[in-house]
Amino acid sequence: MKKILLAATAMSSIALSAQADSVNICVEGAYPPFSSTEASGEVVGFDIDIANALAAAMGVEATMVKTDWDGIIPALLEGKCDAIIASMSITDERKQVIDFSAKYYNSPAGFIGAAGMAVDALDGKVVGVQRGTIHQDFMEGEYPNVELRLYGSQDEVYLDLQAGRIDAAMGDSIAMDDGFISTDAGEGFAFFGEMYSVPKYHGEGAGVGVRQADTELRDAFSAAVLAIRASGEYAAINDKYFDIDIYGGE
Amino acid sequence: MRFDLVLDNWHLFAGGMWMTLQLTMLSLLIGFCIALPFGMIRAKSNGIGSKLINAYVYAFRGTPLLVQLYLIYYGLSQFEWVRDSFAWVVLREAWWCALIAFSLNSGAYATEIIRGAVQSVPAGELEAAKSLGMSPFKVNRLVLIPSALRRALPQYGNEVVFMLHGSVVASVITIQDILGVGRTLNARYYLAYEGFLTAAALYMALAFVVVFAFRQLEKRYLGHLKISR
Repeated sequence: MKKILLAATAMSSIALSAQADSVNICVEGAYPPFSSTEASGEVVGFDIDIANALAAAMGVEATMVKTDWDGIIPALLEGKCDAIIASMSITDERKQVIDFSAKYYNSPAGFIGAAGMAVDALDGKVVGVQRGTIHQDFMEGEYPNVELRLYGSQDEVYLDLQAGRIDAAMGDSIAMDDGFISTDAGEGFAFFGEMYSVPKYHGEGAGVGVRQADTELRDAFSAAVLAIRASGEYAAINDKYFDIDIYGGE
Repeated sequence: MRFDLVLDNWHLFAGGMWMTLQLTMLSLLIGFCIALPFGMIRAKSNGIGSKLINAYVYAFRGTPLLVQLYLIYYGLSQFEWVRDSFAWVVLREAWWCALIAFSLNSGAYATEIIRGAVQSVPAGELEAAKSLGMSPFKVNRLVLIPSALRRALPQYGNEVVFMLHGSVVASVITIQDILGVGRTLNARYYLAYEGFLTAAALYMALAFVVVFAFRQLEKRYLGHLKISR
């Protein structure tokens, strides 16, 4: 028992000393616009900008370690990096192996519809969602007076929205922005109402993954997220990639 | 195995079953109304009308039902003049689009069944009717059509089962039929086996009723053609 405790103390002191001057951060590079790999081999994207901003807020130097998604948790556990910033959703399964900081984004869910549509006018209207998603659960739980139409894919939702068969659609804001609103087909349509991010329906979002022993590093990342939210740095990075604030609810 | 979740959602399956029955039976009825005159014309004449009917039959038998449904539901809605026309009242509803596609599809298959049945009525039956002094209209009404419909029974029974199973494609255009409910359970709880097995059992039960009913009809109306061995 004593040995284990000693080992744990030794490990956390390594982490602390690592935290003192630099951290290696595992990123992925194949999930645009969050992270993608340039022709030069450099990894760029929202995750990378956030990683640099967080490190700056913590007063440490960040080194990006490009790692395949499949091997990203083992890489953390083996010490090839000290943190994962790769749009990794906080889930109970992963929490059994690693630990997470507070979320740094939770792409919220939102309504889209013809320009001029409003949330208070939704009663009795027809709203399309993808079948079996968190968005169906959200609509059934929060908007019982809306007629739901279930689709096999998000693309079919857009087709019927354009055709006028449905008055609105509910779904992931980033997916709907990139897939429809920002495209030519989405002309005349817009987000309306607020952005929703209810943990009961939408989960906890994406956080910075760290080893379970590195509680101080975890807390430092959590604090840094709030710091860059407050300083406006987050908003600057956010606006570079997205039209909406993807942090989700506070 | 989580069949308790299937039981929790039995009302969805009940609704899905009603939707499947409704669509199948209505489209068979409409399809039959299309097929009876069309099949007669196909069997009796070779004029321009018969050729047009042949083109319709060829188009609907030559393409998959799913493609027909996509064309009617997503295809037509692409055109603004369709959306502005009076037809949009009907075409905007998934249920109507499915009914139209299924009716036209069933009509095409049934037309061929009736054509074949009419042509297989023995010439002797018609000559006998004529020799009794019946008018051509009366021959059709009292001899040709009843005899042809009896002969069409076994094939038409197949068409009914085919339509029942074909109606599953309705679930791709937001209709919650039996398969639609199975797909919802699959997507929500990752219950592929339980959801689809329940759907399969319901389709089997419906098909059993259809097969049984047609067997009884055949006994009743085709008994005289049975070769006793």
